[in-house]
Amino acid sequence: MDWLFMYMPIAGIKIFWPGLVLIGFAVGTIGGFFGMGGAWMVTPGLNILGFPMAFAIGTDMAHIAGKSMVSTMRHSKFGNVDYKLGLIMVVGTMAGIEIGAQLVMYLEKLGNVGTVVRWVYVVLLALIATLVFYDYYKATQKKKAGDVGEHGAEGITWYKTLHKIKIPPMVHFKAAGFTCSAWLPMFISFITGILAGFLGIGGGLIRMPSLVYLIGCPTHIAVGTDLFEVMISGLYGAFTYSLKGRIEIVAVFVMLTGAAIGAQIGTVATKYAKGYGIRIAFGIAVLCCMVSIILKEFKYGNAAAVLILGTIGIICAYIVKIMVEGAIHELKEKKAAQA
Amino acid sequence: MKRLKVWIIAGVILGFILPGVALAGGDKASELIVVADTRVLTEGGYYTQFMHYMADAYNANILVFAIWCTVLTAIYGAFLGFLMDFIMARTGLDLKSRKILEH
Repeated sequence: MDWLFMYMPIAGIKIFWPGLVLIGFAVGTIGGFFGMGGAWMVTPGLNILGFPMAFAIGTDMAHIAGKSMVSTMRHSKFGNVDYKLGLIMVVGTMAGIEIGAQLVMYLEKLGNVGTVVRWVYVVLLALIATLVFYDYYKATQKKKAGDVGEHGAEGITWYKTLHKIKIPPMVHFKAAGFTCSAWLPMFISFITGILAGFLGIGGGLIRMPSLVYLIGCPTHIAVGTDLFEVMISGLYGAFTYSLKGRIEIVAVFVMLTGAAIGAQIGTVATKYAKGYGIRIAFGIAVLCCMVSIILKEFKYGNAAAVLILGTIGIICAYIVKIMVEGAIHELKEKKAAQA
Repeated sequence: MKRLKVWIIAGVILGFILPGVALAGGDKASELIVVADTRVLTEGGYYTQFMHYMADAYNANILVFAIWCTVLTAIYGAFLGFLMDFIMARTGLDLKSRKILEH
């Protein structure tokens, strides 16, 4: 059974490589479906495989960059990536992440901020989950009342108010299908960047709902555009973590191979899923992430890892089901049309 | 409907039990190794030579190592993207448009 273990030249250990492929596959599937990097899912998986945690974040970051590249290419074919919006947001995100990271370093000098950061994260995730479920509830109520617009019933429409801000330059985002002040996405990405930098995360968990509720992106465009951003910030992250010697390149390649397959499944599944289906699954993932952080805070590390990995397994199976069912249905329709 | 419920419950239980079992069998994460050990990378083909080169770069020049890591990740990501595109194009699925148009 020695062939199942691969030597990692930097970390100097042998790792069960099918486990790495599996983690890559799961994160690729979920990331491609929700439009996020998914660093919060990878770390407990790597820990279980006996991966040195010092290398986990850097390895994860590089793998996410490569995986987002595969997903972005697929989403781009569907027309789900608004490059102009993504590039504007990258500027705000980068500046925000740097300020957020500096803020944490400053607070660290004053005392131990670990607990404060974790609780801020928990509150933020609770707010996002509440927002997602409230939005769904509101949309359902509107649908029942017959208040259905061009693109179906909508719950929260804060972006409509924000689009009334007319500070030049006004920019039209073709793929996303709206015009707004360029300052709006820049400012929102700056704020989400500060939060991401402060919390030490990639930020997809915060950016995706911000794109939908505050900027007004249709869910699928939000997913694709966010992945484009994750790709750029992930490559930057891979470089800085490599400079710190915190990356295991062989593991990155092995995980990436699994992620490339998963990314296809997750991305194609968005074609068959309704926007609200994606949002609700996203809300559940956010809730589980929140509970796992609370468990970790109270030193239930194993329970947190089980919760995260269990959630990953179930959501992954749900996405694969959507993709397979949708693909079978489409191919049957095609055949019937040809007959 | 009943069978579906049983499948869902079984799936949820399995989803949470499996990681638990895996976790119970796993070791704790080991300590950080600051220097990559190239002594074990003596024999083998191109793959071992590649690993040897990367480990050497990690030990001797971290900037070269960082540049290689970033460039290789981007190249491999792009390669996989094109390869998957090639494979997916042969599935017969329409991968350029979607019918659902809601927000």
